[in-house]
Amino acid sequence: MKFRAKIADAACLNHFTRVSSMVAKLAKTCTVRISPRQLNFILADKVASGGVSMWCELEQENFFSEFQMEGVSAENNEIYLELTSENLSRALKTAQNARALKIKLTNKHFPCLTVSIELLSVSSSSRVVTHDIPIKVIPRKLWKDLQEPVVPDSDVSIYLPVLKTVKSVVERMKNISNHLIVEANLNGDLNLKIESELVCVTTHFKDLGNPPSASADASHGRDPEQMAEVHVDIRKLLQFLAGQQSTPTKAVCRIVGDKVLHLDVLHEDVSLQYFIPALS
Amino acid sequence: MPLLNQQIQDEKDYSLVASLDNVRNLSTILKAIHFREHATCFATKNGIKVTVENAKCVQANAFIQAGIFQEFQVQEEPVTFRINLTVLLDCLSIFGSSPMPGTLTALRMCYQGYGYPLMLFLEEGGVVTVCKLNTQEPEETLDFDFCSTNVINKIILQSEGLREAFSELDMTSEVLQITMSPDKPYFRLSTFGNAGSSHLDYPKDSDLMESFNCNQTQVNRYKISLLKPSTKALVLSCKVSIRTDNRGFLSLQYMIRNEDGQICFVEYYCCPDEEIPESES
Repeated sequence: MKFRAKIADAACLNHFTRVSSMVAKLAKTCTVRISPRQLNFILADKVASGGVSMWCELEQENFFSEFQMEGVSAENNEIYLELTSENLSRALKTAQNARALKIKLTNKHFPCLTVSIELLSVSSSSRVVTHDIPIKVIPRKLWKDLQEPVVPDSDVSIYLPVLKTVKSVVERMKNISNHLIVEANLNGDLNLKIESELVCVTTHFKDLGNPPSASADASHGRDPEQMAEVHVDIRKLLQFLAGQQSTPTKAVCRIVGDKVLHLDVLHEDVSLQYFIPALS
Repeated sequence: MPLLNQQIQDEKDYSLVASLDNVRNLSTILKAIHFREHATCFATKNGIKVTVENAKCVQANAFIQAGIFQEFQVQEEPVTFRINLTVLLDCLSIFGSSPMPGTLTALRMCYQGYGYPLMLFLEEGGVVTVCKLNTQEPEETLDFDFCSTNVINKIILQSEGLREAFSELDMTSEVLQITMSPDKPYFRLSTFGNAGSSHLDYPKDSDLMESFNCNQTQVNRYKISLLKPSTKALVLSCKVSIRTDNRGFLSLQYMIRNEDGQICFVEYYCCPDEEIPESES
């Protein structure tokens, strides 16, 4: 098992740093999947057991100038590691304005992901900062739990409004209630709703547009006015929103009635899927 | 805003209808008196008064006069209800408390009468939020009987002169002692804390002093924990009037200029803590 990679471009480096800090906001510990073409950040609390799950995907060649890996075996050319996301994002924060970044799988008494950052300095001598992030290598037999989640057929899918507005609305709503009702229809309407003994608050977003649906979708032939709704834990949605520091290229919300809220976000070439299970 | 119109078919059915182009002209004033969860609202043709009280010793009133609103209608006077102020403020700032420059949140507020919820319709950039806040039985509020004819001493200060003093009050002191006098030290704030006593004197001819009308030396103590919340109003205000009456009751009136340059008032009343023995003053 071998892995070493290098980022030499400043823009790629900043983008990678942003991705890692987004992941750190969404998941305390995450799984990093390394394959010849892709890098994934995975959180897999099973939806069935009440947790959220996340699948973040980036093409290695869009970020790395060098990328060498050797998986556990020739037929399973992949590596799965578990690490504390905060450790990685903190290490990468020092890489802002750095000249280059190297990531390597090492074994220093215990398995590590070693991040070396070459910093610019006024004099010609360069400085290198090295972080050793402890990791746990995930054995082959557990891989099956960490596969890309199957997106269930949604009742309604809709483009999300400006996330900053959604975030401030959800933040206030969290002060009042733990449960949030998300409802949307195929007419471009999205409502966020809380109901408590003291107050009922509904925020209506209009004309958001619906992405063209695959014909196999459950939404096929649906009355455009009819709302699909899902109840979710408001803190889990807020956690997702807090992680979205920059405006995404595309953001879609899918409601699978009373089962799951699926948020599908694209930041340039990094795709993030986030699944919040419905509260019963 | 078709949604807003369709929900309010007949305005005659409502005892209170008010609308505001900039919700912050209301929420900022309400934040200045937000030191307890609940507030009592009184609406008359002149505007809305919102009252918050604590420990039967301190009362804060915020006045939002009818002219602040773009539309203001009251059917029967006075319209009175009690409301959860914390939740009301969360609703009013649903689109964020510091919005992007150039975007305003508009508000329309309707109350049908006793037993009905207070309806709020907020709109920003085409997004509409509807809030249905349950109202509660109004409670009797305190009458401090603070009458201007009984006022002994009165000072008007620019708020910046008091801001630092209040934000750095020694909270280990149980009381804030206020001395007002026609002679030295004129106006003195004293605390008696764990680290010792501190006195802060304002000279009569200070630039911060807008007016000075003290007729008789008065030394009164007020519970610091009751006065500290008034810092919220102080921070927002441009001027403050400090008055004491013949019973030693304290009135603090804060003049607050809103984003549209209009003036609103917030006032705090506080009763004195105890009689001070002669020897100490």
